[in-house]
Amino acid sequence: MAPAVRLRSAVALLGGFPVLAGADLEVQMGEVVLLQGANGAGKTSLLRTCAGLLAVVSGSAVVLGCDLTLDRRAVRRRVGLLGHATALYDDLTVEDNVRFAVRAAGAPSAAVEPALIRLGLGGRLRSVGASRLSAGQRRRTALAVLVARQPELWLLDEPHAGLDAEHRDLLDDLIRDAVAGGAAVLMASHELDRASALAHRTVTMAGGQVLPARPAPRSGLPTPATDPPGAAAHQPAGISPPHDGFEVLEVAHVA
Amino acid sequence: MWRDAALIAGKDLRIEARSRVATNQVAPFAIIVLVLFGFALEPDRSFLQTAAPGLFWVAVLFCSLLAVQRSFAVEAADAAGDGLRMSGLDPAGIFLGKAAAVALELAALEALLTIGIVVFYSTALTGAALLLATAAVATIGLAACGTLYGVLAAGLRVRETLLPLLILPVVAPVLIGATRAWEVALGQSLDDGWKWVTLLAVFAVVYVTLGVLAFGTLLEEA
Repeated sequence: MAPAVRLRSAVALLGGFPVLAGADLEVQMGEVVLLQGANGAGKTSLLRTCAGLLAVVSGSAVVLGCDLTLDRRAVRRRVGLLGHATALYDDLTVEDNVRFAVRAAGAPSAAVEPALIRLGLGGRLRSVGASRLSAGQRRRTALAVLVARQPELWLLDEPHAGLDAEHRDLLDDLIRDAVAGGAAVLMASHELDRASALAHRTVTMAGGQVLPARPAPRSGLPTPATDPPGAAAHQPAGISPPHDGFEVLEVAHVA
Repeated sequence: MWRDAALIAGKDLRIEARSRVATNQVAPFAIIVLVLFGFALEPDRSFLQTAAPGLFWVAVLFCSLLAVQRSFAVEAADAAGDGLRMSGLDPAGIFLGKAAAVALELAALEALLTIGIVVFYSTALTGAALLLATAAVATIGLAACGTLYGVLAAGLRVRETLLPLLILPVVAPVLIGATRAWEVALGQSLDDGWKWVTLLAVFAVVYVTLGVLAFGTLLEEA
């Protein structure tokens, strides 16, 4: 199976500054990869590059089989990005926002209602304007868009930020469900304890580059056999790595 | 493309209906402009009647700036524009949808301003066909041109102040053509009003075509 993400010496510029300075990364379908690194390391830029929002000016970048150096738009409908901002229209209600995003992405409208209910937005909140939502409620609305769109690649930038404990757990469940459904997840987070529990492996960024893998697994669990070169070997509970095209969800390990 | 345009136009109009910016801010602004013109110029009604076509279209131009700025401000807030780009909508459809929403808002404002010049300037409306044809093509041209320059300025931190500088000189042909055509329609000139409508139609076609072709590239740079 072709990888979900394959970056080779990818360079991306923002205002003339190389926010990605020769990044190498490979993410398989059915894999959860955690990006860690200091502020300004390039995590957000890498996610935006994979979403086709930042142009790759040098090197190669193939996401879901689409060559981003040739066409950045083709991949966007198949990718879901949850960034620092929630991309909601303040003057539309929660339901209107989700419905518009789903229709715009060409996803079935029937997916809206289950997504709203799953994110706890099915009641009174559905008709509340986005400008009146708390930060956590906005985050949940943005997540409802992702759930309804069912992208093949989830790009999550500090996804737990702003969520209460209950909805952090829900987010973890959503990620596990997405992976069980065959999607790949690339996630940047500073909340390493929670995020690393979800991830098959962790990669570290600095200076716009993905640093070489750490030599030993942190948790002592077996390193995924299909880990691409350069993968750090962190294998905690929850989700097994992809093997020969199959993804196994170890339900027994899920809290 | 047309489905995407309808989706975007519906979204933008729903936002305006909910926020009521057009009804509570832009429409009163348009009326205030008409009234202030009345104060600034002679209280002599005959002069205001003569100047009414020009004053009307200057007020429409000011309103079009507000409508275009508003159209792109909603995309800039909370990175909604990123969501729009991530949706994979046809950029030409986005352009047509946003321009259509702006055009419909302008058409409503023009109806209000028409009542305004009748009430405040005692203008007698004649030549309805020429008035309506002029308003239709001028509105399409203004909306298309404004939307194109709106996305051009959208990515700039100084967009609020830059947009009028970009748009006003470019839409001068609309101001001239629409004013001349309305002068003819209102019986203030014996010129051929329809040749001005043709000029306005050419302007509209040029900017709609440019928008359909270039909006995608400009949106990526925004």
